[in-house]
Formats: sequence, C-alpha cells, structure tokens
Amino acid sequence: MKTSEAAGVRLMRRRYLKQTIFFTLVRASALLIVLALGGVLFHIFYHGISAISWEFITRPPTDSMTKGGILPAILGTIYLTVGAIAVGLPLGIASAIYLTEYAKQGRVIRLIKVGINCLAGVPSVVFGLFGLGFFVIFLGFGSSILSGSLTLGFLILPTIIGAAEEALKGVPQTFREASLSLGVSKWQTIYRIVLPNALPGILTGSILGIGRAAGETAPIMFTAAAYFTAKLPGSIFDEVMALPYHIYVLATAGTHIEATRPIQFGTVLVLVAVVLGIDLVAIVIRGYMRRNKRW
Amino acid sequence: MNRKTKEIFIKYLFLLFALVSIIVLGLIVFSLFREGLPLFSTVAVHDFLFGLEWYPTYDPPSFGIFPLIVGSLIVTAIATLISVPLGVLAAVYISEIAPQRVKEILKSAIELLAGLPSVVLGFFGMVIIAPWLQETFDLPTGLNIINASIILAVMAIPTISSISEDALYAVPREFKEASYALGATKFETIAKVIVPAALSGISTAIMLGMARAIGETMVVLMVAGGAAAIPESLFDSVRPMPASIAAEMGETPFRSAHYQALFATGIVLFLLTLAFNLIADYVSHRFRQTGSATL
Repeated sequence: MKTSEAAGVRLMRRRYLKQTIFFTLVRASALLIVLALGGVLFHIFYHGISAISWEFITRPPTDSMTKGGILPAILGTIYLTVGAIAVGLPLGIASAIYLTEYAKQGRVIRLIKVGINCLAGVPSVVFGLFGLGFFVIFLGFGSSILSGSLTLGFLILPTIIGAAEEALKGVPQTFREASLSLGVSKWQTIYRIVLPNALPGILTGSILGIGRAAGETAPIMFTAAAYFTAKLPGSIFDEVMALPYHIYVLATAGTHIEATRPIQFGTVLVLVAVVLGIDLVAIVIRGYMRRNKRW
Repeated sequence: MNRKTKEIFIKYLFLLFALVSIIVLGLIVFSLFREGLPLFSTVAVHDFLFGLEWYPTYDPPSFGIFPLIVGSLIVTAIATLISVPLGVLAAVYISEIAPQRVKEILKSAIELLAGLPSVVLGFFGMVIIAPWLQETFDLPTGLNIINASIILAVMAIPTISSISEDALYAVPREFKEASYALGATKFETIAKVIVPAALSGISTAIMLGMARAIGETMVVLMVAGGAAAIPESLFDSVRPMPASIAAEMGETPFRSAHYQALFATGIVLFLLTLAFNLIADYVSHRFRQTGSATL
C-alpha cells in the first residue's frame, strides 16, 4: 500500500515537472519574439536618431545622395500610399459589402474567398512584375505614381476586404431587421444603417493594410520608384523616390555605402516611425473601441 | 427604374466589385504569361527548370533556374524550422497560459513585428547580423543562408502565431473542461486535447507562414548573398528566385531573353505560392472544425 502511494506521488511529480518544463519553453518563446522586436527597434533607434534633424526631413539629397535630406522620398511614399488607399479602400469595402450583405453561402462566395486568399498570398515581387507587365507596359502608364499606386492598391485589397468583412459582421443583425421592417430597401439599409456603424471598424482595420503599402519595396521597384529625382513630382505620371526603395538603394548600390550608414539608419528610422506609428494608432483605437462597445 | 430592378442592379454591381480580386488574379497570370512565356520558344522548359547554370548575361546566355529554386526552398525550409516552434508555442502561451495584460502586450508586439517593412528587416540583417555572423564564425561573408533564414523566420512568426492562436481559441471549452475533469494537468490538456483539436488551423498557419517566407523579396535580396549556385553549407550564399528577379529586372533590356526569363521565374514563384495557399485553404476547409461534433 505504502509503496504504491509513493509511486503515485512520484508520478504526479513527474507530470508536473513536465508541465513546468513546457511552460518555461513556452514563456521563453514568447520572450524571444518580444526581444527580436525590441532588438531591431533598439538598434534602429540607437543608430538612427543622430541623423534625424529638421534639415534631414525637409531637404532633398545633395552630393550624389551622400548628404542632405530625404524630403522627396517622404513625399513619394505619401503620394503612393494615398494612391493605394484611393484604389484599395473603395474596392475593398464594396467587395466586403457583397460578401457579408448580399452573397448566400455557396459556390460563388467560396470561389471569391479562395480568390481573395490567393491574392493575399501573391509574393510582393510578383505584384511588381504584374505592375510592370500590366500597368507600365500593357496600359502604357510608364513607371509612375499611377502604376505604383494601382499595384500597391491591389496588394492591400485582401487586407482591407478582411477588415471590412469583420467590421460589417460586427453590426448586429437586429439593426438590419429594424430598418427592413420599416420598409426601407436593402441598399438604403446598408448605406444608412450598416455602413455608418461599421465604418470606424473598417477604417482601423484598413490602417494596418495602409502601413503595409507604405513599407513595401518590391512592388514599386519596377513600377514607380526612381533612384534619384531632383524635382518633386508634378503629376501622377511622374516617377517618385520612396523611402523603402531609397533605403535599398543607399544600402546596396551607392558609391559610398559605408560612409552613408548614418543616413541609411536615419531613413530606416523615419520609415519605421511612419509605418509603426500608423499601426500603433490603429491598435490603440481598436483597443479603445473594444472596451467601449456600444452593442 | 422601379425599386426592385434598382435593388437587383445594385446587387450585381457589388458582385462585380467582389469579383475584382479574382479578376486581378487573372490579370496577374495574364501579365506574367504574356511577358514570360515567349522565353520558351528559345529555351526548353526542362532546361529552364532543371538547368544548373544561371548565366543570363553571358554570351550565349544560360537560363537554368534550378539553383534559384534550391535557394528559395532551402531558406524557406530553415526559416520554417525556426519559426514553427516559436510561433506555435507563442500562440499556445497567448491563448492558454498568459495573464490578460501580458497577452495584450504580446499580441501588440507580434502585430508590430508583422508591420515592420521587409526592407527594414533586410537592412537589419545586412548591417547588424551579417557582421556579427562573419566575426563569430570567421566566415568570408555574413550574407548567407543562415542569416536570410533567421530574418525570414522573424517575418513568418507573426503569420504563424496569429493564425494558430485563432485556431487554439476556437477549440470548444467543453474539451478543456472534460480533460481537467479527468484529472489531466494543464500541460496534458494542451498537448493531448487542445493542440490536436486545433491541428488543422495550425497546419494552415504553417503553410501560410511558409508561403510568406518563400515569396519574401527584400530580405533575400539584401541578406542571402546572391550566389546563383547550389549551396554546400548553411554558411554559403544563395540567390533565391525573388532576389534574382528584383536584382536583375532593373538592368535587363526590355523584352530581351533575360527579361522574359525573369518573368518566367515569376511564373514559377507565383505557381509555387499559389500551391501553398490552395493547400492551406483546402486543409482549413476540409478539416474545419465546426464544434465538438466534427471531431
């Protein structure tokens, strides 16, 4: 009797020891991920902050990009991102409205969803090839803000559809029923009731896609980005400099790669601040909305 | 137009918008094939896919992308080996173990990690990790397979962990309760009940993480070293497909054989990621868990 009790205690101990080991591993993994993020951010901030000055963000590059600022690249990234939003946001919201409000479960909706998932998985460099082959060459837009914005707009389309679907589904069914029961048509119900209530959610979800558009490099390499332009863009058919491409160019193709390291880190810091700033705003707003749910 | 026809018209208008994703997918295929397929009038498909020599600028040129395919597969495989344990364990931590506050911080951190532009991580690998690897292991270059794999793993972790977390979260509560009622420890419940129940979702997460890694461009362009040869060790340089496309497209004459070969490489890359995505979609649908009844 005694011995079997002791064996039972030993077994329990072993079972809990396993648990302790596993929990330690799990915590270590989580910690490692946070450390990876922290490490990257720390290095970028530490090396980049000294390059940041008012001149750096308000002046164009000088002395074959070894001195001066990055204003044209900042503006180019803003133009391309705004262009991508103008393409992706309306299309994404309209797609999501069909999927959540009109479509019935079946083959068509399944096909559309598989299509969206596949589009989300297309590599960024393939988007670049698509932009080059279709917008730049086939439609003749040339390497321009227009081509780059369209390419980036389709790149972020799946993210925006996902965000909009989520937000539309979050609007309670009773809202729709109340409206329909008053004799309001389906479209007016969507336009006047569902959409306004879903809009904050759609926008915060979409912000994450927008951050992605601002940071992508490969899709704009062949469709919009210029190595260097002295003048600021005047029309949507002009090439632009862009922050991500500027980093790549300075870090790999410049003649003074080592000498321009501070500028490179500075540009990286600006890009990270822009992209993570955008993301952080979305995360904070979303958290606020979740805590203050109205329904 | 009376109200009914108007409503029907609006419905089909939205269907059209919803089909945009599929149309874009079609346009991607169209553009890639239009620019890439002419290559095969001069180069045999077999020689292209399995040729060991990628000398696109020699005279006569040689367009064998086998070393590029191997490069892509090897960095993806190693990145998967690193990111799957970390990503899945982090997901287990978030969904099953972490206290609420830690959970929120960790989720935000992972989201920010996903938001880091690829060019920034590529730059980090080039400027911080490469010199460290080179010194520590006394290598000729720190731009190699292992460096690229580490950075790709960092990029794949957010995809893997957030989708795995959704899957773990969806496991019905009764499963856990039944397991605890039988006297299982928390670890036993996680390892033998929760994770197996969420396995289809976790597999989907892994497939999508791999698709992300194989298509990632800027990281392999900046960090993998760029040698178009079959590697012999983990410290060798490679030239994965996206890197080759991104690096060479800017320098090649319009519609030359080299240009066509890069588009054809894009076709291979596109089909590869498409396959990953379709498998992921199939797994998540075929083995979708809709409650306790399906297990």
